[in-house]
Amino acid sequence: MTQPVDLTLAQARDALHAGKISAVELTKAHLAAMEKASALNCYVATTPDQALAMAQRSDARFASKDAGPLEGIPLGIKDLYATKGVHTQACSHILDGFKPDYESTVTSHLWRDGAIMLGKLNMDEFAMGSSNETSYYGPVVSPWLPNGWTQDQARKALSGDKKGLLVPGGSSGGSAAAVAARLCLGATATDTGGSIRQPAAFTGTVGIKPTYGRCSRWGIVAFASSLDQAGPIARTVQDCAIMLRSMAGHDPRDATSFDAPVPDYEKSVGASIRGKKIGIPREYRIEGMPAEIDRLWNQGIDWLRAAGAEIVDISLPHTRTALPAYYIVAPAEASSNLARYDGVRYGLRVPGKDITDMYEQTRAKGFGKEVRRRIMIGTYVLSAGYYDAYYVRAQKIRTLIKRDFELAYANGVDAILTPATPSAAFGIGEKGSADPVEMYLNDVFTVTVNMAGLPGLAVPAGLSSGGLPLSLQLIGRPFDEETLFSIAEVIERSAGQIQLPKPWWE
Amino acid sequence: MSVDQANVRRIARLARIAVRDEELPHLAQELNAMLAFVEELNAVDLGNAEPMTSVLPMQMKMRQDVVGDHAGPEIVTGNAPISEDHFFLVPKVIE
Amino acid sequence: MTTQTKSSEANKPSKLIKGATGDWEIVVGMEIHAQVSSQSKLFSAASTEFGGAPNAHVSLVDAAMPGMLPVINAECVAQAIRTGLGLKAKINNRSVFDRKNYFYPDLPQGYQISQFKHPIVGEGEVVVDVTPTEQIIVGIERLHLEQDAGKSLHDQSPTDSFVDLNRSGVALMEIVSKPDIRSAEEARAYVTKLRTILRYLGTCDGNMEQGSLRADVNVSVRRPGGPLGTRCEIKNVNSIRFIGQAVDVEARRQIGILEDGGKIDQETRLFDPAKGETRSMRSKEEAHDYRYFPDPDLLPLEFDQAYVDQLASHLPELPDDKRSRFMRDYGLTGYDAGVLVMERASADYYEAVAKGRDAKLAANWVINELFGRLNKEGLDIETSPVSAQQLGAIIDLISDGTISGKIAKDLFEIVWSEGGDPLALVEARGMKQVTDTGAIEAAVEAIIAANPDKVAQAQAKPTMLGWFVGQVMKQTGGKANPQAVNDLLKAKLGI
Ligand SMILES: [Mg+2]
Ligand SMILES: [Zn+2]
Repeated sequence: MTQPVDLTLAQARDALHAGKISAVELTKAHLAAMEKASALNCYVATTPDQALAMAQRSDARFASKDAGPLEGIPLGIKDLYATKGVHTQACSHILDGFKPDYESTVTSHLWRDGAIMLGKLNMDEFAMGSSNETSYYGPVVSPWLPNGWTQDQARKALSGDKKGLLVPGGSSGGSAAAVAARLCLGATATDTGGSIRQPAAFTGTVGIKPTYGRCSRWGIVAFASSLDQAGPIARTVQDCAIMLRSMAGHDPRDATSFDAPVPDYEKSVGASIRGKKIGIPREYRIEGMPAEIDRLWNQGIDWLRAAGAEIVDISLPHTRTALPAYYIVAPAEASSNLARYDGVRYGLRVPGKDITDMYEQTRAKGFGKEVRRRIMIGTYVLSAGYYDAYYVRAQKIRTLIKRDFELAYANGVDAILTPATPSAAFGIGEKGSADPVEMYLNDVFTVTVNMAGLPGLAVPAGLSSGGLPLSLQLIGRPFDEETLFSIAEVIERSAGQIQLPKPWWE
Repeated sequence: MSVDQANVRRIARLARIAVRDEELPHLAQELNAMLAFVEELNAVDLGNAEPMTSVLPMQMKMRQDVVGDHAGPEIVTGNAPISEDHFFLVPKVIE
Repeated sequence: MTTQTKSSEANKPSKLIKGATGDWEIVVGMEIHAQVSSQSKLFSAASTEFGGAPNAHVSLVDAAMPGMLPVINAECVAQAIRTGLGLKAKINNRSVFDRKNYFYPDLPQGYQISQFKHPIVGEGEVVVDVTPTEQIIVGIERLHLEQDAGKSLHDQSPTDSFVDLNRSGVALMEIVSKPDIRSAEEARAYVTKLRTILRYLGTCDGNMEQGSLRADVNVSVRRPGGPLGTRCEIKNVNSIRFIGQAVDVEARRQIGILEDGGKIDQETRLFDPAKGETRSMRSKEEAHDYRYFPDPDLLPLEFDQAYVDQLASHLPELPDDKRSRFMRDYGLTGYDAGVLVMERASADYYEAVAKGRDAKLAANWVINELFGRLNKEGLDIETSPVSAQQLGAIIDLISDGTISGKIAKDLFEIVWSEGGDPLALVEARGMKQVTDTGAIEAAVEAIIAANPDKVAQAQAKPTMLGWFVGQVMKQTGGKANPQAVNDLLKAKLGI
């Protein structure tokens, strides 16, 4: 028999409604799995008491036929989301001990709809990273076995220095790994330059970054305000559609929130894509791209064509500029957004001989290396004499990047298909230690989407030669997440449901 | 453009991040690597592009002028490392 | 005759000060921070109420809790537009909020949300009444919206500063003048006039003691007609009197340095009213690099012209227009009209008194009797013990001859201290003017009979008449109609 944790979110929902399982049973199964998987380091805080209390209330609502759309569904929450009275530290030392007295809009939507919180998920510190190695709480280990490794070998490494085990991607590494390891039915995540799609791709899960403005940013610790967007990671396209419907919606407390009704995304899953025009951007065939990524992409094209879509070559000429421009805009905004972490009102304080010394010591100790680096570069590009050369130029380039997409959409393109990442997952400690830019290249396919504010979805499409998941990315028109769900489901169906790794870590 | 150690010190000061002298060469090298990475943007023809101010064409909504949320001094200072009588305390500031 | 001059490069300098080495001209520009009158803060729904227990008027947004976002207050935007209209300034239908980044314990976000490149209001002007007969025009450079900071108390402990965020996030309008001011007197007059306009508009209460209006005063000196000198900014001067003093002492300090062959360092200074000097602010010494950039949490602030027009159509009559109207409609002098329109409440009071009455008499009473008395008691028009209706009734009693002007002053005193209906008081206390010629005649005759020597003197020297008038008034308790007394005396004395 299928274990409760092996159900997809949609299956669990149906089982709960059919009375085949209770919310408490489902929750307990997840809490048990989480305990056994603690070495993967997916969760930085678990909330079992709260989870069981919520589950009991869910069961009561099932009994009184008062169940919400996510009733009884156990979820993991990225540590970036404020959760009332619960660990909310963006996996940074500087927010040591911080427990907000407020709940983010997105999570309150989830609880409104009946979902259950299992705990807070590990992530790169302040969402800055592509491997979940910058977390103050240590790296997350991907549930995927490295090529050729035995389970014993992996278990030994897990209890040791973790060398050679795989990263889950980042920054939503805890979210992606927890979903892949079946430690929750779905997880909240955030995406500033690829932080939903890249970890989803590395772990064989599905992740969608909705259009900027679709989900409220209120109560989510800010990284780069003009790029940050919340979204779900789950095991299927349908599960993502279900979660996003609950997460999305206008919020008067976020001035950049989009005011329009939220569609029932689940309805788009399984819809025909016949006649849809899919753009293939030639600039995404980057130099040195592994042949297997290229093959995967072509395979995707064939599947969509077979499903009746029209494939067209398009050009997005400013693609190359997106990553460098991102590494100006995002750090600039971050340098300002992270100024509030000063040791005065919450979190860590390191005493100093005067106020400035207190600030400097607190921030030097409280922020990790990667965060400090980005604050420094962000401060530099905004400083007198450099602002126009860097920041203003990058924002102009953003306009050009967006114009590229607008032109493609004006020519009738419904969605764009690209690879999600330039490679499969790599090993812990393998990248970026000598040159930070090496790590940044992970986001080369995803970051343009944030720069243009568009929706993007990563869906598993096959395995690498090393047996690791590889994904394709779909980029949509603004606020047309529905088309992405329809197309992604075709890829998902064509590729065949990915076999997630057996729990070797238990 | 490239940064030297004095620049690094100035930036760190602006950002209020303490740096030790021995870190300076490495930090300068990292910043220069990033600046080299973004260097290629200088070659981009910007045409008449305006700098982006909002990624999607939305109009900013405004709130009505109504007094609503006071967190309350208890909650406002509840997470503070040091507070007294609902004030935040900081090392003395000389004006 | 009123003269208007624009103090600018083009005009000849007007107010020079003598130095040891020749004349100097003061050049002043001001940045006024005016708190917007609103219920809630610029980007949060916390109250703007003055005072309050520490951190009581603070929302999660004001405390910069992680994940909090600003949402703009529509009324603050409307108030800024109204103010811009009142300053005859260009209203920018699209403006942008920027972050001004710096670290300070009373700045929780680590940046102030302000407007840098694209302010909501552009160039305008203020007609400043330097004296009742001299006006200058001071140009307005811009007006922008921004957040106030919290407050740090430095005297609570020897080792710590105490931070209270109640003011954090309150909306301010920063109104930047052009360097069109040439003396301490003009500086005072500019702030006075600006405050009057803001109060008329209801966009700022102008309360300087509570910090609703603060001035940063930029002072430099130069040789008449020469290039602008290096300026020093005197921060946060919080009374009009101090603004004048600060300009004077700072200008003198700079002239002293320059005449000794020194040079002025551009710096931020603080005015110490107790010592009557300005001093350099140590904490502001560090070179600033604010790293302004558009706040990505906010979209550009946009509104259409119809919205501006609608606000314009509801704008109250402003002091300059009111003054002209008072001169035209009530026949008042520029001086009297100017005094009356200083405060909207005073002007309203005056109009209530003047309506249907002798407007000049009403102006005399309001300015001389009422304002004089209010000043003496430290009261203002809103707390005047004598209402416009009561003062109007007193003037009616003068006009219809019921009481004399002298009695009216006594009556005003009674109404001031005891209140009541003036007509009823006059009747109850027998203050009515005696117009009954019989009674006056009796008194006249009695006095003539008792003073034959004076009668002879008066017939020789008619100016003696005054003595007789005084005697009659004394005998009648001041209630005799002075005209009737005069007429009768002249007839009886045959002069
Ligand atoms: Mg200023
Ligand atoms: Zn200001």
